[in-house]
Amino acid sequence: MTEAFTVREYLRDIKLPFCAGCGCVTVISHFLRAAYELGHKDLSKFVFCSGIGCAAWIPSPHFKADSIHTTHGRSIPAATGIKLMRPDLNVVVFGGDGDIAGIGLSHLIHAARRNLDIIVVMVNNMIYGMTGGQVAPTTPLETKTTTTPYGSFENPLDVPSLVVTAGASYAARWTTIHGEQLKEALKKALTTKGFAFVEAVSPCPTAFGKRAGFEDVAEIIRWLRENSLSLEEAEKMAAEDLVKKIVVGEYVDRESSTFTEAVYKTIQKAEKSAKKK
Amino acid sequence: MGKMSTTRFWQGNEACAEAAIVAGCQFFAGYPITPASEIFEHLARKLPQAGRITIQMEDEIASLGTVIGASWTGAKAMTATSGPGFSLMQELIGYAFMTETPCVVADVQRAGPSTGQATKCGQGDVMQVRWGTHGDYVSIALSPNSVQEMFDLTIRAFNLAETYRTPVVLLADEIIAHMREQVVIPPSNQIEIVNRKKPKPTDKTFFGSENIAPMPSVGEGYNVPVTGSTHNEYGHRFTADRTVHEKLVKNLFRKIRNNAEKIVDYETYNIDDCDVGVVSFGCTSRAIYETVELAKERDLTVGSVRLKTIWPFPEEAVRNIAQNVKVIVVPELNMREVFYEVERVVHGAVPVVPVNKIGGGEMITPEELLEEIVRSVKKID
Repeated sequence: MTEAFTVREYLRDIKLPFCAGCGCVTVISHFLRAAYELGHKDLSKFVFCSGIGCAAWIPSPHFKADSIHTTHGRSIPAATGIKLMRPDLNVVVFGGDGDIAGIGLSHLIHAARRNLDIIVVMVNNMIYGMTGGQVAPTTPLETKTTTTPYGSFENPLDVPSLVVTAGASYAARWTTIHGEQLKEALKKALTTKGFAFVEAVSPCPTAFGKRAGFEDVAEIIRWLRENSLSLEEAEKMAAEDLVKKIVVGEYVDRESSTFTEAVYKTIQKAEKSAKKK
Repeated sequence: MGKMSTTRFWQGNEACAEAAIVAGCQFFAGYPITPASEIFEHLARKLPQAGRITIQMEDEIASLGTVIGASWTGAKAMTATSGPGFSLMQELIGYAFMTETPCVVADVQRAGPSTGQATKCGQGDVMQVRWGTHGDYVSIALSPNSVQEMFDLTIRAFNLAETYRTPVVLLADEIIAHMREQVVIPPSNQIEIVNRKKPKPTDKTFFGSENIAPMPSVGEGYNVPVTGSTHNEYGHRFTADRTVHEKLVKNLFRKIRNNAEKIVDYETYNIDDCDVGVVSFGCTSRAIYETVELAKERDLTVGSVRLKTIWPFPEEAVRNIAQNVKVIVVPELNMREVFYEVERVVHGAVPVVPVNKIGGGEMITPEELLEEIVRSVKKID
């Protein structure tokens, strides 16, 4: 490729709504660069689905592309209908941790179980950001939020491990400070046959940082760096030492038959049985 | 389907499924629920034979969500459910209305609230269809009273969804869905099939027109942003601007209300010179014809307005019969729903008397209806 990459080529001329220091902007640039490096000069072969929350606004309406901004948690069902009808399109879901792992979790598990050939990018800011900083299913234990003013008393969900168990072809977790790895993971996800999941742990200075007691975004980034460790390192550690850690890396990368293949095979079977009659 | 009309002996749900195929349904997603499951089961056998897709989702929310996604690829898409599942779908029905996504939802009513009596008939979802989703909303709901109408009105539901770019509910009930009757399928060239208006390559605005904007599909190069948030004609979100919100919602209302006359459908029976009017719908309306006969023996003339669309409500038909009768009787298998709508329309011109029965799947018999009619007339005289 000769032309230089610029995100502006892929974005509508609308001001991005994200707060200063928000990780969504980093995710946008890594995702678009991943698409560019895979040879996509535009997003005409993509459809984006998202639900409700800050990360849901990543594609909608900012990407120059078709985008379906659904109700809270229902981006994956919409993506399912689109992918089954148009297997030729890359269907990518963007969502926050509340959208994907809270209200929409059942759809995530079932999409992974089916090995539905879509990409889910979960931007995990560990909080309900748009609504002002309530505890999320991903909030680290003992974190102060507006609905857990004395500290969160719930274990956070390890979403990549969950989708691996459910049957995903690809799953990875990185943070927005792991720029190169995150971009490479997105490229892998975009070329995976089957269900691909990428979690990007992302700083939210406005809702998470303020409630959880961080001075500024720089402190959140320092915290991300100090608490991130690789899957290999984590394997050697005791479970209780991992409670507040962010385990990054590739959780799975495997080939197996996809849901659209299964659906269209079944249709062929049905068409044959109809002819016999 | 052929050049000649054919006759079938079908169950109501089966007729609905067959009609979906005729209407061009390319995608069905559903979740098991009594008494609607046969629609899905029948389509699960038949749609793939025609190269089309059925899928069982993890719940009713996902079912309608998937249908909405499929609709944005240009496919005619449908789901079917009953009360509990219909409750779960309410948010996405509002979404489909707001985003102008054509889709068909068959709600085969059973006795509620909650799990109620899953296998027994009810007609308690009339107001839920109208008001179930939050915010300002206009509903289109059709009410079949025979297996033939399960067929005819399912096709019409698809046609209306495509014409007005809006969700359309086939508001059936357990009795109509589970009984078996003869269905006459007209020759294929006599069945009207409507497809959504597609944009021209130069079109840029796809939302919020009272004249119904053309609908692009994803993957066609229109780069269409679809959102359930308030948006302008391009689909761009405006989360705080009053004028954008007002314009959008008012136009969504207008595109249906301005065409209400074309959408409204009802059947009148014996309404000339009648003393008593009966306004009924769905399975309950099947008692009318015998009631009219029985009433003659009691020197009463009973006329009927049967609602084939519940929403928009056939106001004029009800207002007209109110001018000729002494009393209007409204039988329904719920605790009064259409009754209040009739009262609103009649506006005190004549008394409106509710006849209600719930539970056990028992219908209102012609004899019971007649007794209520006689009692109502006596009260007035």
